[in-house]
Amino acid sequence: MSSNTTDTSNETESTTDESSTLIETEVSVDSQRSQTPTETVVSATNLSVSYGEQRALSDVSIEIPENKVTAIIGPSGCGKSTFLRSINRMNDRIPSCSVDGELRFKGTNVYADHVDPVALRRTIGQVFQAPNPFPKSIYDNVAYGLRIQGKADDVDLDEAVERALRGAALWDEVDGQLEESGLDLSGGQQQRLCIARAIAPDPEVILMDEPTSALDPVAASKIEDLIDELVSEYTVIIVTHNMQQAARISDKTAVFLTGGELVEFDDTATVFENPADSRVEDYITGKFG
Amino acid sequence: MSTEPQSGSGISGDDSLEDAHEKNKRVRRVLFGCATVTVVTTVAIFLVLFDNAASYFFGARISEMIAGGGIERTVTFTEFFTGTRWAPDHSTPAHGVLPIVWGTLAITIGAGLVSIPIGTATALYLSEYANTETRNKLKPLLEVLAGIPTIVYGYFAVSFLTPVVVGGIASNIINPTGAWLESVSFLAPFVIEPVAEWMMGVRVGRYSLLAGILVVGTMTIPMVSSISEDAMQAVPDDLRNGAYALGATKYQVSLRIVLPAAVSGIFASYILALSRAIGETMAVTLAAGFNANLTANPFDEIMTMTAYLVSMARGTSAVGTVEYQSLFAVGLLLFLMTLSMNLLNDRMKRRFQEEYR
Repeated sequence: MSSNTTDTSNETESTTDESSTLIETEVSVDSQRSQTPTETVVSATNLSVSYGEQRALSDVSIEIPENKVTAIIGPSGCGKSTFLRSINRMNDRIPSCSVDGELRFKGTNVYADHVDPVALRRTIGQVFQAPNPFPKSIYDNVAYGLRIQGKADDVDLDEAVERALRGAALWDEVDGQLEESGLDLSGGQQQRLCIARAIAPDPEVILMDEPTSALDPVAASKIEDLIDELVSEYTVIIVTHNMQQAARISDKTAVFLTGGELVEFDDTATVFENPADSRVEDYITGKFG
Repeated sequence: MSTEPQSGSGISGDDSLEDAHEKNKRVRRVLFGCATVTVVTTVAIFLVLFDNAASYFFGARISEMIAGGGIERTVTFTEFFTGTRWAPDHSTPAHGVLPIVWGTLAITIGAGLVSIPIGTATALYLSEYANTETRNKLKPLLEVLAGIPTIVYGYFAVSFLTPVVVGGIASNIINPTGAWLESVSFLAPFVIEPVAEWMMGVRVGRYSLLAGILVVGTMTIPMVSSISEDAMQAVPDDLRNGAYALGATKYQVSLRIVLPAAVSGIFASYILALSRAIGETMAVTLAAGFNANLTANPFDEIMTMTAYLVSMARGTSAVGTVEYQSLFAVGLLLFLMTLSMNLLNDRMKRRFQEEYR
């Protein structure tokens, strides 16, 4: 079966016409002139996502910079995870999901007809809410991405596995037991194993969907330290429930509110100290959410 | 508990609580009684088989031996297990069980070769590839297939498989004509002629090993597909998401994530299907026949152990004769075969459960 056929139903709705492509170029040129000198990796323009009749994201426009940690915060059901999943088209797996507007990854509309979601996902890693190591050995977990992407023969697999495990700050704890099951690790170690698995094929962006919500505080702070290191090589987009976490680890913060609306996106310090929107202030100070 | 002096606290129980405990005990006894019925039945069946099988080999039941009955070797174990002719009720009787054990094994293995690949592929399709709508339509259909009485499968074999499928294959191989054979005529000296020669003289009659394999294979497909599909559905979606997010294709997810994670359930379905094939009686009798040939020719008639049991039980042999008692020896052997399959299933399950929690 061709890899291009994950779900054709929403591909038709998401085709771009020429005019919106032009608009998009102007927008990204605009951002280059703003204070942040970094490149934009992911940009959305009027992105709306619905599940059947229910709208999860409405008219989101955002530009996410390269090699920064961008935190996405907001109350439950505000579309944070939906936004994350629409970046690597994991939403395709949900049959009722439909996408409108455009979402560009390094300038290419990921919902364009010619884009293969399988190829897209090979350049965007994802870490999930609950650790989900495969029921395989630690080594096989980390090597999985390289193997399925056909890169296992081109690289020294042992070396790549070690590099990924070091990158995920797990190497010292699992060195010498790589053949043991990934399921035998503790929750925090499992999550770092999943991070190692995600970075092994060397993606450009790592999406994290509340990666510490199932972990104890100590394990969570290890992941936070790790994210700090990862950002020198990768762009990290992290959805979190935890506002302190967002304030601690992110460079940029996007605040979504109920209805799937992006109400504020700015430098993290600005969002937390001097938000432009009063609803954001209410949310951050705990008046709701 | 009520004999203790009650000091006003609410934890020492009262009469209504006493009643509840009493009821609890009664229910426990009833449930235990029901659970015992199956165990007792199994043990009883085994004892009856064993007792009667003893009289087949030693001329007296265990109970008669204990009462002081004489022992006389009727059928030796050597003859039973190594003899290649099975005809206990013939005028020159022979008691080699191999032909009918072979019949059963040939049907079982052949049926497994049909149902395991098709059933597994069906399960993978339903679990990983089909959308919800298709699955909801196909799955009940498969369950209908599983619920068809075996005698109906038997008539399916008699009226379709044997004349159309087996007959069609046979007439094309034995009598090599037709355009497709011309195209592979370079194979003739190596393959077709020897095969044709080997099968020459075989008249495709009413019964054949191939028909038996096909019908038992068909009827065990739903068993494999349904149980395997349940096992695949039980694989957490988290694992699939993890693989898809790494850029795996559906095929890679199915083969490298879902299959290994569901392997214990899938193996269980195989063993259940094979056990079913071993014990299958009605359809296989109508398709494969009653002639205890020790042959691998798929167009020959064979006899399975179950087919023998059927023909013997409704035959004319007098109760208590050696040929009649052969029923129990074969029955005991069949029982041990399915029992060992069940034990194997248990072991497999435990072994794989350790690896994949």
